[in-house]
Amino acid sequence: MPLINASFSTHVLRKDRKTQIVTKSSISKTTNRQKPTKAILAKDAKSPANADLSKDELIGFYREMVRIRRFEERSLRAYQQGRIAGFLHLYIGQESIAVGSISLMGENDHVITAYRDHGHALAVGMNMNECMAELFGKSTGCSKGKGGSMHYFDPSKNYWGGHGIVAGQTPLGAGLAYGLKYQGKKGCALCFLGDGAINQGAFHESLNIASLWDLPVVYIIENNGYSMGTSQERSSMHPDLGLAARAEGYSMNWAHINGESIFDIREGVKKAMDLAREESKPSLLEIHTYRYQGHSIADANHKKYRTKEEIDDYRKNHDPLSLYREYLLDAKLLTDEGMKEIDLAAKAEAEESAKFADESPFPPESDILKDVYWEEDHPDQKLSEGRIFFND
Amino acid sequence: MSKISYRQALKDAMIEELERDENVVIIGEEVAQYNGAYKVTEGLLAQFGPKRIVDAPISEAGFIGMGIGASMLGIRPVMELMFWSFAYVAWDQIINNAASVRYMSGGKINVPIVIRGPANGGTGVGATHSHTPENFIANTPGLKVVCPVTAYDAKGLLKAAIRDNDPVYVMESTILYNSTGEVPEEEYVIPLGKADVKREGTDVSLIAHGPSVIVCLEAAEILKAEHGIDAEVVDLRSIRPLDEKTIVDSVKKTSRAVLVEENKPFCGVDAQIAYLIQNQAFDYLDAPVQRISAIDAPAVYSPPLEKKQLPQADVVVKKVLEIC
Repeated sequence: MPLINASFSTHVLRKDRKTQIVTKSSISKTTNRQKPTKAILAKDAKSPANADLSKDELIGFYREMVRIRRFEERSLRAYQQGRIAGFLHLYIGQESIAVGSISLMGENDHVITAYRDHGHALAVGMNMNECMAELFGKSTGCSKGKGGSMHYFDPSKNYWGGHGIVAGQTPLGAGLAYGLKYQGKKGCALCFLGDGAINQGAFHESLNIASLWDLPVVYIIENNGYSMGTSQERSSMHPDLGLAARAEGYSMNWAHINGESIFDIREGVKKAMDLAREESKPSLLEIHTYRYQGHSIADANHKKYRTKEEIDDYRKNHDPLSLYREYLLDAKLLTDEGMKEIDLAAKAEAEESAKFADESPFPPESDILKDVYWEEDHPDQKLSEGRIFFND
Repeated sequence: MSKISYRQALKDAMIEELERDENVVIIGEEVAQYNGAYKVTEGLLAQFGPKRIVDAPISEAGFIGMGIGASMLGIRPVMELMFWSFAYVAWDQIINNAASVRYMSGGKINVPIVIRGPANGGTGVGATHSHTPENFIANTPGLKVVCPVTAYDAKGLLKAAIRDNDPVYVMESTILYNSTGEVPEEEYVIPLGKADVKREGTDVSLIAHGPSVIVCLEAAEILKAEHGIDAEVVDLRSIRPLDEKTIVDSVKKTSRAVLVEENKPFCGVDAQIAYLIQNQAFDYLDAPVQRISAIDAPAVYSPPLEKKQLPQADVVVKKVLEIC
């Protein structure tokens, strides 16, 4: 698990045999997804990033993961009731990644992610009401109902979206890191992406630039095994050490992390964040995880491209929330009763957010032309002239 | 006033803004050590150092997207595209991210980025390098686009673009880099969205942007000398925002309009201008509005043909004579 320093392995191009083409068979490669090994949280909890956590903090992580799951379960119901339009990409099964990673953020650390963004938003401290209202397209939503599920934003919490195009956020993540470095601030950018994003050009361009310019960015692949309905085996060629090992091509540090252990996540992400903050070095992390729902709720085929047995196995044996619950019970940090309280509170909060969203007004039609241009929204500071909107 | 080149005017604008605001940074391919593919940034590395003047790898989606991300944090990147034709490999960043982030965040974020570089045909570089995408940009709410033609306009508009809190895309012309014009010694800024009447006239309005303005000025001289027709030449300068008043006022005065641009005809900028004129000056028109665009094919390489493909003064003259 420790970050593997980028180095060219002996089976790659050898300097003493420049003229010889390295044949495919001599390079170890694969498309196979690694099988998860069951995490032992009690062991992971003793690692340096976790050993000093207080009881409150440990319970706090549980509460956050439960809140995300209950929020999304409630949003799923709202979707089925026709309250939510478009896409709804649920994070259920992956909650440990957002909660574990974001728990490490300080004042000068920033986060940006793709369209499966509800978990990260709640983890940075955005509230359920504004998040649910955004799904309902209401003016009380975090983006005033203009973004929807895929486009949550809250720069006041260093949360820069919420981006709908696969890998489109990866250059922006490098840009946040560039901005920090330019301003001489000691911080880093956490840029999350799915395993489907790793085959986009923008992602590779971002890795090259991040490594070339020593940008303090941590790219985190949340590898749930499927880019929409296409499995990793059918979409991604990579070294046999996994997707993250592609970082070697960019001379970048990388690591694998077991997503079912929030402690393993914190340990690995903290190492990468420290490298970014202290040495301004980027990393590529691959966190093994799983989503129980379809790619989005519109994905009715998700039980066809993967087996019921596979989904059941992850739910039963690898669910990060269940495993963490067991850990807290075994460590006597929380009782069954305490868990129940947290769960009921999260359910009530989610229910309340749905009520809030339902009762909130839709934005007025006049809102359509607001927030397009900064200048139009600040007429007292407007410098340009002429016509900017062209409807009549 | 002193006479300087269009290239120098752009550089002077960047120097003044680099000195004024420490958040301004120049990023692009070959802008630093090589001194700029078209030497627009010549000497800036020596003057401002590698933190402010940054050579990017040939990786437009990567470095322009990076600039957009940095601008969200308050950096003001001025990104050079070696050609605007290369924008297409970064289209998701240029169109989707730069234009939409403010809107999708409910106005919580703004993107004060400038992307500048040449967008013109006529230099024998073929279809892949001769695009004029100002119509695509102007079609995208959230973006602003300007096309300066003179040294004076280039400096004043680029300075305004750098100070603007929205994304502003500046389309220059390789053909114009060496052209010279009067520029005042004292500082000035030209607001976006202000057209300029480059030649006053009474008989017909030639409305153009980019290098076509030069073509229209040439045509106006021929019309005057050979046909006694006094043409007014309106340079749009800014496409979005658009100075509708100057256009409409000119047409109301002359009652005839010929629109000239390097864009291809279908959904070119002038399609919008033609709509504007019929909508706001219909009763003043003595003839149908005419358009001259690039001939509707990918940019041809063969030099004599490429010349024919783009708007030419003799074609403008002919078109004017049809309606005057």
